[in-house]
Amino acid sequence: MNKLNLSKQKTKQARKLAGAITRPVQAYIDTHTTISVERTVLRVLGANGMNKEGVPVPNLAVNCLEGKLAKGAARYWVNALLHYDGNLQKLNRAVAKGKDISALEMVSDVKLNKVVRPLLGTFNKQITANVKTRNMMLRRYRKKDDSPLLYLIVATGNIYEDVKQAEAAAHQGADIVAVIRTTAQSLLDYVPCGATIHGFGGTYATQENFRIMREALDKVAHKEKRYIRLVNYASGLCMPEIAAMGALERLDMMLNDSMYGVLFRDINMYRTFVDQHFSRMLTAFADITINTGEDNYLTTADAYQNAHTVLASQFINEGFAGNAGLAPRLMGLGHAFEIDPSLKNSVLYEIAQAQMVREIFPEAPIKYMPPTKFMTGDIFRGYVLNSMFNLVSGMTSQSIHLLGMLTEGILNPFMQDRYLAVKNAQYIMNATADLGREIQFAKHGIIAKRADEVLNKTLTFLERVNKLGLFKSISKGLFADVKRSPKGGKGYAGVLRKDSDYWNPVEDFLQKKLKLK
Amino acid sequence: MQIRPYGDTLDDGAVQLSFTLPMSNSEKSREAAKRFVLKHGFKRCEITSAEALADNFTMFVVYAWTKLGIDSSEVKDVVSAAPEIMNFDEVNLFIKEHVKRPIVIVGACTGSDAHTVGIDAIMNMKGYNHHFGLERYPMVRAYNLGAQVENQHLIEYAIKVKADAILVSQIVNQKDMHLENMKEFISFVKDKKVRKQFLLIAGGPHLNHKMAKEAGFDAGFGRGSYAEHVATFVARKLAGKSK
Ligand code: B12
Repeated sequence: MNKLNLSKQKTKQARKLAGAITRPVQAYIDTHTTISVERTVLRVLGANGMNKEGVPVPNLAVNCLEGKLAKGAARYWVNALLHYDGNLQKLNRAVAKGKDISALEMVSDVKLNKVVRPLLGTFNKQITANVKTRNMMLRRYRKKDDSPLLYLIVATGNIYEDVKQAEAAAHQGADIVAVIRTTAQSLLDYVPCGATIHGFGGTYATQENFRIMREALDKVAHKEKRYIRLVNYASGLCMPEIAAMGALERLDMMLNDSMYGVLFRDINMYRTFVDQHFSRMLTAFADITINTGEDNYLTTADAYQNAHTVLASQFINEGFAGNAGLAPRLMGLGHAFEIDPSLKNSVLYEIAQAQMVREIFPEAPIKYMPPTKFMTGDIFRGYVLNSMFNLVSGMTSQSIHLLGMLTEGILNPFMQDRYLAVKNAQYIMNATADLGREIQFAKHGIIAKRADEVLNKTLTFLERVNKLGLFKSISKGLFADVKRSPKGGKGYAGVLRKDSDYWNPVEDFLQKKLKLK
Repeated sequence: MQIRPYGDTLDDGAVQLSFTLPMSNSEKSREAAKRFVLKHGFKRCEITSAEALADNFTMFVVYAWTKLGIDSSEVKDVVSAAPEIMNFDEVNLFIKEHVKRPIVIVGACTGSDAHTVGIDAIMNMKGYNHHFGLERYPMVRAYNLGAQVENQHLIEYAIKVKADAILVSQIVNQKDMHLENMKEFISFVKDKKVRKQFLLIAGGPHLNHKMAKEAGFDAGFGRGSYAEHVATFVARKLAGKSK
């Protein structure tokens, strides 16, 4: 597909620059670990449960390894397992009761390697089975056409209430259901346990909540004859842990961005870069599609002026994702329909951006977000904006289509708002099903020119970022007009340089599976 | 004089409604929807659409006609914080002539609310919708502290820079948390015994002047307000004070 006549030379150059930008960051990532990565390793190796105060076992285990964590938590966990006759249940219970696993006598590395093998085998089996089940269900309930997947959000705070809303959403025609997380979960340095019924603006991401929703959606899938994809957030301070939980409970997509936490949640940049890499290896192995968060840039910065920062960030996200072994078909790069609607030809600029992103990342399941910032209290006008968004999305073959809510500017959507959103999208995408194939753009017209202009600006921008380095660029506010200092933000204390005898069998396993070494 | 909603003729009292009932889509639920509407005092109504949202939920679109009216002359207690708005140049000139010094304004989106765009629209240099923000006003010293700022911190900052006015932005209104937070703000101001030192101004999409006054602020601004509204209000008040 090359309707915009974009220069191959320029996109090649942009990828080259993104590679140069991510390389030094990747070198940092490779030599560092974080407390959340270590907790993830323990989860994969069977750490589970919590103590009486609700502190999860992975946190308890990692907390007692102060000063030793740079050697890898796995070393102490697997060693402790030997002291409990290889019985994970016993070990989990002991840690929950306060057992200090750092104080046990250490066995040889050879022994550790032997003991860890069956643990990795179990993980391998679980995830492989999940991938198989998903593919089987997808084949069985294959979608008839290639129009974008319709994505709806539920956010009641109560997982059982979420289930009801999700069932209704699926019934209405959603292909994807996302459970929004409760406010500020991204800033918790642990993942709560169990089913939860209280949340604010969303529901806690817990492994049990994941399981409950997965089970419900599988039931709905059989009823509606459509596989319903489940989405949550592998983001915030527990990014990789949530990725592991999602892999285990067969989530299908994860919001996961290499810079979102830094820019919008003030999480430390070193922490985020290391965490996103490990979480992406897990999602790659579990065949989970990531959704990146470039759309957010446009809530604080002007969408017309800053379109190039979105494209630049997509190249950077692509670079990091590739480093973690994600195939392009799993890279749900994000963008949004957020240009000021009062601007003359605003829809033409939206078409230019959407078509350009489609052409530059042909295999990526592009995630397209609806208008939000310019949605007001006038729901009638809002419905029209959403219609234009639906039209652009269908005609430019976007892949993951977040449905716009007519009440976006007012409150959490009513159940009927979701229904109206689905009907709107279905009508437009059906009525214009082949429009994209019919359309040609004028060679020197507004749309082609705009796409070229954005690509040019992206190149200049990437060159600037490359010159400054990514860390410095973020601290100067080049992305989303937000400034963050390298050592500022939350979670920096949880970043460690790996010792020379650092041991992370899960990382080794993933790297081997993903052919990263 | 009584007035009524205007559909297509004077006094027809026509209203459009939409809502969802937790019932399956059937004759019975349509009748239930109709009775539900009539219970609100409408004389007549017509269910023009009933759509099943799920097995047990139906959405209705209803047209209804009422005889109830409102006497517009009874609506008296409506006030706006800045009834006659001065534009950018007028405000600056007004401050120069009547206050005779630059005015100091600090602002933030306080509490757990993380939305910065509203307060930025009022305060930042570039402003919003082609209306410059307070930072651009030559006769205003503006300090924007951002979002998720603690009420205490904002007040202490205002004391430090000897502010004339404090702006509090509140965007999220779920579970009335904006009102709770505004109450907390006022009680801190009172604890510190600095209530009289500042003009207190609240703003956000779910606020208006009346609500803000009720919460103990001096003024409130809702959707579609700009820096010149705030500047006009503060300038007039300060000019009044100095007289
Ligand atoms: C952008 C956005 C975000 C961005 C914010 C980025 C940022 N740095 O600000 C992000 C993605 C981070 C975000 C997060 C969340 N958001 Co939000 N967000 C929005 C969105 C789309 C636009 C808001 C906006 O920027 N409007 C443009 C500005 C200019 O308008 P404004 O804020 O109303 O300000 C104007 C007036 O109100 C007034 N004003 C405002 N403040 C002040 C102050 C003074 C002193 C004065 C005089 C005037 C004034 O003047 C301004 C200019 O006219 C709205 C939906 C919408 N269209 O409104 C949802 C919305 C506000 N968000 C919402 C929610 C629920 C959330 C989350 C809780 C979601 C979650 N579960 O995590 C989190 C909040 C986390 C938290 N702790 O607060 C809800 C709020 C629902 C409600 N009624 O309470 C909304 C309405 C979306 C929805 N329909 O559900 N959000």
